[in-house]
Amino acid sequence: MGLFIAQILTGLANAGALFMVASGLSLIFGVTRVVNFAHGSFYMLGAYVGYSLMQALPGVAGFWGAILLAGLIVGVIGVIVEICVLRPVYRAPELFQLVATFGVILVIQDLTLMIWGPQDLLGPRAPGLKGIIRIMGEPVPQYDIALIAITPFVAIGLWYLITRTRVGTLVRAATQDREMVGALGVNQSWLFTGVFFLGCALAGLGGALQLPKGGADLLMDFSILGAVFVVVVIGGMGSLPGAYLAAVIISILNVFGVTYAPQSTLVLMFVVMVVVLMIRPFGLLGKEEVAGEHGQTGEPERPIKPAGPRIRLLVTTLLVILALLPLYSGNFAVVLVTDIMIFCLFAASLHFMLGQGGLVSFGHAAFFGGGAYAAALLVTYASTPMELALVLAPVSAGLAAIVIGWVCLRSTGVYFAMLTLAFGQLLWSLAFQWGDVTGGDDGLVNIWPSAWASDNTVYYYLAFTLCVGGILLLRQAAHAPFGYALRAARDSTRQAEATGINTKRVQWVAFTFAGTMAGLAGGLFVFSKGSIFPNELETARSFDALIVVFLGGVKTLSGGWVGGAFFEGAKDYLTRFEYWRLTLGLLIIFVVILGPEGIVGSLRKAGERIGLLKTPEDAT
Amino acid sequence: MLELKGVNSFYGKAHVLNDLNFSVDRGRVVALLGRNGAGKTTTMKSIMQLVRPRTGTVTYQGQDITGWSSHRVARNGLGYVPEERRIFTQLTVAENLEVGRQPPREGCTTWTEDMVFDLFPNLAERRQNYGKALSGGEQQMLTIARTLMGNPAFILLDEPSEGIAPVIVEQMARAILQLKQDGLTVLLSEQNLHFAQAVADGVVIIEHGTQQFVGSLADLQAHPDIRDQHLSI
Ligand SMILES: Nc1ncnc2c1ncn2[C@@H]1O[C@H](COP(=O)(O)OP(=O)(O)OP(=O)(O)O)[C@@H](O)[C@H]1O
Ligand SMILES: [Mg+2]
Repeated sequence: MGLFIAQILTGLANAGALFMVASGLSLIFGVTRVVNFAHGSFYMLGAYVGYSLMQALPGVAGFWGAILLAGLIVGVIGVIVEICVLRPVYRAPELFQLVATFGVILVIQDLTLMIWGPQDLLGPRAPGLKGIIRIMGEPVPQYDIALIAITPFVAIGLWYLITRTRVGTLVRAATQDREMVGALGVNQSWLFTGVFFLGCALAGLGGALQLPKGGADLLMDFSILGAVFVVVVIGGMGSLPGAYLAAVIISILNVFGVTYAPQSTLVLMFVVMVVVLMIRPFGLLGKEEVAGEHGQTGEPERPIKPAGPRIRLLVTTLLVILALLPLYSGNFAVVLVTDIMIFCLFAASLHFMLGQGGLVSFGHAAFFGGGAYAAALLVTYASTPMELALVLAPVSAGLAAIVIGWVCLRSTGVYFAMLTLAFGQLLWSLAFQWGDVTGGDDGLVNIWPSAWASDNTVYYYLAFTLCVGGILLLRQAAHAPFGYALRAARDSTRQAEATGINTKRVQWVAFTFAGTMAGLAGGLFVFSKGSIFPNELETARSFDALIVVFLGGVKTLSGGWVGGAFFEGAKDYLTRFEYWRLTLGLLIIFVVILGPEGIVGSLRKAGERIGLLKTPEDAT
Repeated sequence: MLELKGVNSFYGKAHVLNDLNFSVDRGRVVALLGRNGAGKTTTMKSIMQLVRPRTGTVTYQGQDITGWSSHRVARNGLGYVPEERRIFTQLTVAENLEVGRQPPREGCTTWTEDMVFDLFPNLAERRQNYGKALSGGEQQMLTIARTLMGNPAFILLDEPSEGIAPVIVEQMARAILQLKQDGLTVLLSEQNLHFAQAVADGVVIIEHGTQQFVGSLADLQAHPDIRDQHLSI
């Protein structure tokens, strides 16, 4: 009994920081419609800044002052990010904002590394609260009790601000219809900035408050992000009480998980989330999503049309260059280009689902890694030959996509994205925590191609055939009647339904198809590398794919593979530098702001301007 | 007080407003008439800069406001009452009014909650109700009341009589006349000619985004052919 209560108390104490970060994310999303991926980074900054301040400020007042100050400083950093990075892209489609915040993550990661160095920092203990108290014989840290006491005050303060003040009223109004709020004379820019300040300050506060418990390290940003998304989604986007409730549930679940089922703590959290969303698609206390009602503006979509003669020539030339590559270049280039092609197929599969279907998935790596793990497990445990494994990898990924797609497509928009993220994390946790089968962190090794394909050049041609084939297949599907139906479902569910299209079914098929192709890429990947590790399933991998699709250009057909080639190439080059994340992050941010059409879109515009390509007006 | 010169507006590539030229003098009520899809709402939005005119200018009190952000336009005393009402359904009536509240403006009535409740007594008893619990007519009153809280000198009313009961329409007409007496200038869009006739002094008729007639109400009544040609009655 004592242990039970002690664990509940630990859970409640852990819920504090989680709630603060989650409510900040939820607030920002509510008003600006930006899913701030960098929110975990602000949490991390809060911890680091708090650490330095605690070193400088002595005593009890210094400790608590440092925490408050850390929150303020992080809030100000958030404002800088909002003004410099997000303001220019508010009117752009959602994906641009996501990608921009992803760029911010990379920049903050490297800046933190530069300032505080790579070693984990041990948080100082709270002066005056260093001891423990005994509850029914079980030790509970005094600081935990303090956290349990503080959190409700923060929650109530926040609740008061949101429901009882003019600013809060404006924030709630903007959550519903920000354009109207503007038309009533409220300067939205400052409202957005204010909300960003508040949201980031909360994240910073959360990070500083948990210092005595968890310290500061460079992995904090991603490790909290998963939990925060889960909390926000379970609680319901935009609901403060919901966020608190969910933070408590998840934290307590985690504490018990660690004691009773240490192998499945991560999985548990996502299972709970999926179950909640199956029962309540908008979270425990959330309201139905009305996003995009009076929002998004953008250029109208161009009709998809078959490639013109010039483009065909270009692509043919490229294919010839690729086909002849082993003849004129060394082993290194062959291996690198094999990787690039595989990544292009992976990106193209996401691009198909996202560009044609409007389905923004945060967890596409689940199918890439899923296919790779399927092949690796088959080889390891059933000595399956490579040929069969390369067939079964996409098949398994496709089967997984059928199931996952069925669950995820019950929701739309952000909730859909969060669910895909959750499944991605779920598969990752499986691979990571189920060490007996998957090898855990050590991965699975010695997965080599059959003898005939073991030569790098031969494998290159195998990958070339399958990747180009897969990409062409995806392209074919976009031109087929299926592609039309998918775009119709993307543009207006209601109109598509009215013309007799079963939109959910069409999207489900697209999801499965994309998953299958990603699985094929995963299969090719594992035999090319000879091994597989859980990080191929990570959220970061899914984000890589999203960035690539974005860089290539969402509204173009070839954006996926062009972006993939560029990204893998750039990464190979950039990772030779110490601070490559910073460079890549800044690069991403600049592309988002300056060339939001993506590479293909910008090239096409340039081509049209100098008269190499026809403009759509000429064509009609 | 308000003047449009050669205004052309687009949605993407669709050319919706074609060279609009008209003005509204201080203290007048002008009705913008036209059939469904004629471009009335787009005209209102182009004035508010919710849709930016691609060419042409909108001048308000001698100032060129083209290209301004909407909140700045609103802060200069232009109040906008949208057709779809767009009240904040998750906020109470009182909170909706609070969102609309702006500092007093010289030369304009400074509205208080009590004053708008005097104008629309139905709202007073609904003060603590959520927007989503209001009837269509009450929602229409609330949108107008909310805009008045910004102490405008000029209001744009987009189809105030649309989809509400005849009794309420009458009440609405009385309210508009009272606002006019208080010195407010009004541009209202309508398909309901009877309603327009009850409140307006001037008329602008548009069809397919092109302006067909500008004149006084009496002018229009003297030319029934124009009325029959461009309006469905
Ligand atoms: N957001 C939009 N995107 C593209 N076209 C639009 C949009 N809004 C309106 N239109 C088109 O612009 C034209 C003018 O529309 P508008 O809403 O201004 O007409 P209206 O006179 O207000 O009609 P109603 O009486 O039905 O309110 C119509 O042909 C309409 O289809
Ligand atoms: Mg209209």
